[in-house]
Amino acid sequence: MPHYEPWNAERASQIIAQHRHQEGATLPILHALQETFGCVPEAAVPLIAEALNLSRAEIHGTVTFYHDFREEPPGRRVLKLCRAESCQAAGGDALAARAEEKLGVEMGGTTADRRVTLEAVYCLGLCHSSPAALLDHDKVYGMLDERKLDALLKEAQA
Amino acid sequence: MSERMYISRDSGALCVGAEDVTNAFRKAAEKRNLGLEIVRTGSRGLYWLEPLVEVETPRGRVGYGPVGAGDVESLLDQGEKHPLCLGLVEEIPWLKKQTRLTFARCGIVDPRSLDDYKRHKGYAGLTKALQVGPEATVEEVINSGLRGRGGAGFPTGIKWRTVAQTPPQQKYIVCNADEGDSGTFADRMIMEGDPFVLIEGMTIAGIAVGATYGYIYIRSEYPHSIEAMEIAISKAREGGMLGRGIAGSKYDFDMEVRAGAGAYVCGEETSLLESLEGKRGEVRAKPPLPAHIGLFAKPTVINNVLSLATVPIIMSDGGAYYRDFGMGKSRGTMPIQLAGNIKHGGLYETAFGITLGELVDDIGGGTRSGRPVRAVQVGGPLGAYFPRELFDTPFDYEAFTARDGLIGHGGIVVFDDTVDMAKQARFAMEFCAIESCGKCTPCRIGSARGVELVDKIVNGENRAENLIVLEDLCNTMKFGSLCALGGFTPYPVMSALNHFPEDFGAERKRLVAAE
Repeated sequence: MPHYEPWNAERASQIIAQHRHQEGATLPILHALQETFGCVPEAAVPLIAEALNLSRAEIHGTVTFYHDFREEPPGRRVLKLCRAESCQAAGGDALAARAEEKLGVEMGGTTADRRVTLEAVYCLGLCHSSPAALLDHDKVYGMLDERKLDALLKEAQA
Repeated sequence: MSERMYISRDSGALCVGAEDVTNAFRKAAEKRNLGLEIVRTGSRGLYWLEPLVEVETPRGRVGYGPVGAGDVESLLDQGEKHPLCLGLVEEIPWLKKQTRLTFARCGIVDPRSLDDYKRHKGYAGLTKALQVGPEATVEEVINSGLRGRGGAGFPTGIKWRTVAQTPPQQKYIVCNADEGDSGTFADRMIMEGDPFVLIEGMTIAGIAVGATYGYIYIRSEYPHSIEAMEIAISKAREGGMLGRGIAGSKYDFDMEVRAGAGAYVCGEETSLLESLEGKRGEVRAKPPLPAHIGLFAKPTVINNVLSLATVPIIMSDGGAYYRDFGMGKSRGTMPIQLAGNIKHGGLYETAFGITLGELVDDIGGGTRSGRPVRAVQVGGPLGAYFPRELFDTPFDYEAFTARDGLIGHGGIVVFDDTVDMAKQARFAMEFCAIESCGKCTPCRIGSARGVELVDKIVNGENRAENLIVLEDLCNTMKFGSLCALGGFTPYPVMSALNHFPEDFGAERKRLVAAE
């Protein structure tokens, strides 16, 4: 289960310094920050801009372009349900609606107790075993049906 | 049962419980005092049989599947008499009928072992490339007829020659592993099942065009692929197959993995290059071609995973050998991915020319739901929907183009008769609106207007007029967009409308183009 550190500018600067010498360092830096803090807060933008000698606007533009980067840390667990065509064909729409109902949140939302963030993802590459889901960083689930989804929701809420 | 067993750790196997099965075998073996060695491989691509457990015997590997953790004790008791026994894996017709060139080793070797790769013909292609030299290597790839497997189908060797002909300077090999199309998983399977073949392919490309560094841009939705490639890269480096003086030659080549960040459009090559440079993944206008001004403005070969992973066998067995498979201008084999509501989901590598009907009905076994197949989408979210009437279409770049479709990256998503095609058309526009990079107007604005139009048509608002407007909008997107995202979104929309007009409340006849 991921554990995130609270935002700390000094720690962020250390992480940035570790990656800044790579070619095209912006994305590796953003990933590393998000891994540590669970998000890339606005306060990180000027730090990255200064380290890479780029404008704040450029960094802001990059951060906001990509779906992965969050402004706020997610819930304790992140459950991503695939909503792309292959999973739609295999009953994914109904499962997504069921997950929203059971968790009491819409896609993109976090439960009130901050235990689970539910998100849509467009393809996990498990289309041979649709419908598919991803819990946290790398726990994958395929061939979901109501029973398996309920078990997965339970695991996510535990 | 003998003592060596093979279980995939590919995420497609993990998602149906391969880890639990492996642990159950380890536990049971310990309890029984069995000396059991479990080798974690990639997947054979027979995903409906995963978790597939293979046991080494003097006759070859005997398969069992799909195995659940609860089957482990009875499997150890009954061996080949167990109802889940599939016999010799190589003899399973689904696998036996394939022509495995790109995927020859997938599911067989240990993807974390350089030695195992070498034992299975690994690096024979590089050896050949070193023997014949860069120019002959480029010629061999051109002669093979290999076309870009990412979707565009541009001849791979021609891209290489263009980069090779630029003056000596820093050049790059970029592997596009941003496999975002729903219904596709071939890149993922290679990276998790046979990562060294991709490293070898990129290394050959580097030598052929004079590039010394490579990047593999893998989408963040593929954490297992990222891990597998990183492990393989460090093993190759330790084994002298990356870095300075590869395999004792005068050539240097190294590479690294970069993770994407959830943008579908970054599968478009110029957008991917922008992303690698640390910018917003906005598409570049072409020309200049990436071959001339690519990554960090340097000459760059950018190829899909499958194109690069096919290069080693082209070099080791010859371009002519590869070219002899296939039909027309589509040479060699295509790893076709069967997905969606399908009974036998998986990867089927075969020569071009097989028909869509054979793939869906015979090989795929029809729908998993048991209901009739109504539509299949070929080539990802930007590919056309085909009705049963077009199932005689052969799998071939030109044949699909002739029927207003595309084969793209080779994914086929099957839908049964409960599908609402107007909803699918709306989704195509919606997806384009979500994923548009925003650089060109037809894609950015057109997709938003497209969603509204489909809604109006379905709600019966000025249906006849709005159908004409939708077709007109699709033409604007098709011919006015900078890249395939806006340019190809009309394929699923128009094919849904043309082949399934009844779902839009329209009459079943060919629509007339707006003037």
